Amino acid sequence: MGQQVLDCQNASCERGGRRVLSNVSFSLESHQALIIRGPNGVGKSSLLRTLAGLVSLASGKIEIHGGVAERNVAEHAHYFGHLDALKPALTVIENLQFWRSFYEGVAYPVPAGPLPMQVEGALDALGIGHTAHLPAAYLSAGQRRRLSLARLLVVPRPLWLLDEPTSALDAASEETLVSLVNSHIKHGGMVVAATHLPLQLDNMIELNLGEIDDTTTGSDGKPAQSSGAPTAQSYWEDWD
Amino acid sequence: MAWMKSLFLKEFQLGVRVGGGALIGVLFFLAVVTVFPFGVGPDLKMLARIGAAVLWIGALLATLLGLDRLFQTDREDGTLDLYLMAGRPMELVVLIKCAAHWCATGLPLVVAAPVLSLFVNLEPVAIGAVTLTLLIGTPALTLIGAIGAGVTVTLRRGGVLLSILVIPLAIPTLIFGVSAATAAVSQVAPFKAPLLFLCAITLMSFVIGPFAAATALRNAGD
Repeated sequence: MGQQVLDCQNASCERGGRRVLSNVSFSLESHQALIIRGPNGVGKSSLLRTLAGLVSLASGKIEIHGGVAERNVAEHAHYFGHLDALKPALTVIENLQFWRSFYEGVAYPVPAGPLPMQVEGALDALGIGHTAHLPAAYLSAGQRRRLSLARLLVVPRPLWLLDEPTSALDAASEETLVSLVNSHIKHGGMVVAATHLPLQLDNMIELNLGEIDDTTTGSDGKPAQSSGAPTAQSYWEDWD
Repeated sequence: MAWMKSLFLKEFQLGVRVGGGALIGVLFFLAVVTVFPFGVGPDLKMLARIGAAVLWIGALLATLLGLDRLFQTDREDGTLDLYLMAGRPMELVVLIKCAAHWCATGLPLVVAAPVLSLFVNLEPVAIGAVTLTLLIGTPALTLIGAIGAGVTVTLRRGGVLLSILVIPLAIPTLIFGVSAATAAVSQVAPFKAPLLFLCAITLMSFVIGPFAAATALRNAGD
């Protein structure tokens, strides 16, 4: 499987008649992570939901190159947002098995690596293997987040869209999350994560939405500005 | 094809397990039908004459009762977002959800109808006719209701609005369902013509319902 590129050019979107994003540009390749930073309400979640195809673009375009031709960006992506998409009346394993069979076959495999995992394997990897036959209603907030995350492991999709991925996770789970994300990046995946915390990932580039209002065009020295954005490659950091 | 089966099974399980509307719908149906003899009085001939209509109205109201949560729970817990992103045809997702919903909540109404028919003094032929028309007609009610459920998915208390939207659209189904059921025991009225119209309405709702509801749900993401 070759290189994939997620290309976002001058993306703008409106929600409720208010412009929440204007002219965001970036380009992301396989083996890279994009961290979207900024304070609350700056449009981090909106950008992720736009990439996920859940909010329509007012202008600009978002494309994925090197993927399956007839599939759009959303169909190459996993979305891990604030909502867990779990049914409390079903058991942990039923929830996960459902999402696996629903998503399976649409996406195509990431080049190599440990994915896809078996359902039980994914639960064990996230430390919730012992809850497999409990109804999801009995899980704690952190366990629900981990179960929701397990969905990303059982069906491979090249692009992971993570919205505040560390919320409700304890330190150990956060470490597991970071290592899973890094392994995904290492094996040719792409990650777009929105966070206001100092999350460190491999091959990370940053997009700071908080500075959109202050910047005009192409100011140098700052990572991936909102307008006239340089390609991601020039801002590789932490390249091991 | 495996995803359709697992979607159907999941939705069906959710419908019949804890908090699912299956039993509530039947109990509500029972409540509506039982109330009529008390209201109308112990006039057996009168009850037999309006019995089919009573059962049909009861079934319509019981169907509406469960519909407001059809897509709303999915939207609230984020499932709808993942459905939209999965790359599966949303029309088919809606159709399968409706099929599972009907099996969990509509089919019990059809099964309960012969028993409830005894409350309103229907004769055996009429009982058969009402059950048959409900079997054909309730899928149409569910699918037409799905349009309303899709349109009102973003509203916190959409249940009432859903009923107001859906009842006018359900009237043709009701008219032909009741006229076929009553014609079965009538000497003059034709049975076949309204039954065929009822079948046609159901087939049409199979086409229009999923497309309209899927369109509404796609625009609910904002």
